[in-house]
Amino acid sequence: MPINYGSQIKEHNQVRSAAGVFDVSHMTVIDVSGEEAEKYLRYLLANDVAKLKETGHALYSTMLNHEGNVLDDLIVYHMTFGYRLVTNCATRTKVMRWMIHHTSGFGVSVEERPRLAILAVHGPQSIDKVCEILSDEYTQRIRKLSNFKGIELENWFVARTGYTGEKGLEFIFPASEASEFWDSLLEADIKPIGLAARDTLRLEAGMNLYGQDMDESTSPLAANLEKTIAYQPTDREFIGKPALIAHKLLRDEGKLPQLVGLVLEGRGVLREGQKVVTDKGNGFITSGSFSPTLKQSIALARIPINSESCKVDLRGTLTSVRIVKPNFVRFGKKVFE
Amino acid sequence: MSNIPDDLRYAPTHEWIRKNDDGTATVGISDHAQYALGDIVFVELPEIGSTINAKDEVAVVESVKAASDIYSPVSGVIAAINNELLDAPETVNSSPYQDGWFFKVTIANEGELLKLMDKDSYSTHCEDE
Repeated sequence: MPINYGSQIKEHNQVRSAAGVFDVSHMTVIDVSGEEAEKYLRYLLANDVAKLKETGHALYSTMLNHEGNVLDDLIVYHMTFGYRLVTNCATRTKVMRWMIHHTSGFGVSVEERPRLAILAVHGPQSIDKVCEILSDEYTQRIRKLSNFKGIELENWFVARTGYTGEKGLEFIFPASEASEFWDSLLEADIKPIGLAARDTLRLEAGMNLYGQDMDESTSPLAANLEKTIAYQPTDREFIGKPALIAHKLLRDEGKLPQLVGLVLEGRGVLREGQKVVTDKGNGFITSGSFSPTLKQSIALARIPINSESCKVDLRGTLTSVRIVKPNFVRFGKKVFE
Repeated sequence: MSNIPDDLRYAPTHEWIRKNDDGTATVGISDHAQYALGDIVFVELPEIGSTINAKDEVAVVESVKAASDIYSPVSGVIAAINNELLDAPETVNSSPYQDGWFFKVTIANEGELLKLMDKDSYSTHCEDE
């Protein structure tokens, strides 16, 4: 996946206004099968796969270490054979090792699927354009999908999931068929989108990037991910749960930072690593960029909890920024107050 | 291969300068520089009338990727600025040598122009980077 194919802003706007395709085959696909697949994943993941009542349903979850920090974040799909996880690329070795290590005592099989390609087609016109090139039978079934639902079509899996804040589809299918499908998507006037636009799209959508907004030293509670932790049912044990209870106590004492959104009303660009000064202490920007949709700079920042006022060191000048909920753009529109 | 016109002089920091007939010179950034920066989203310009020395930081360009200082290739007084860039910074990407100019400077010492690179030297400079 290149950084950009031309202008990253044009690519960004293409996804917000029409449709674009991302080749995200670098991500890791891991299939989990066996009689105790559900039991295993309910122990391994902080979200609860028991919520996935039907095949095709998807869930976002973190995978925590024993310190209750984020080992990786992922999407898990309920498949006819068991479960499919799509995890990050740079975490592949440690995640596979971790998952295989924890199979001990469970009747499960964990298999990486490196020969599968992933193409994500996103944008307001994405589904219409994709349906122009698929068979009527597939089209009818794809159009019935709602958000976070997927469907197995022979050896293809298609789901309404993604990383842009727009509607769209992700296709997981044999890599041997990827080149031909890619070409047919481009013929349907779906434009190729690079990694740089993927980053500004996900930032506008307030979605964390693993390795940047969170890593193995970050509690999900300090990464705006508490809503993805299934504390209910209380009798479910999962890796990291006891530590999370301790994180909650720290937070109550004001000792755990929070991940917030920042908006710069004036000129300039907030960037990763910039120091943030608040009335409660200092923090830093984890992801920052110019938002092509809003035409102003936005950022995710980790700052002391309950901070009310906030300034960022912009090239030596402390500049006031506004603290907002870390969700900036959905379906092409500004969503914060 | 980026576009390097042969009627301009170039600084090692990738600014170009064009001598005008009225004693001023126009300054911008090269095609190589705009390409390396990527989509430009903000430009800060100097104040008209301010006195500047060669190699002073006089303007700032921010792209989606990075912020970068613009240095004046020569000494003098700022005679004009391209206010169009404040609302349309992407002009620097689309027209780096014409509509995307940054400022004009009344040249204090024409000898400084001769110390700058010509097309061939600048082309080699870009390849060596």
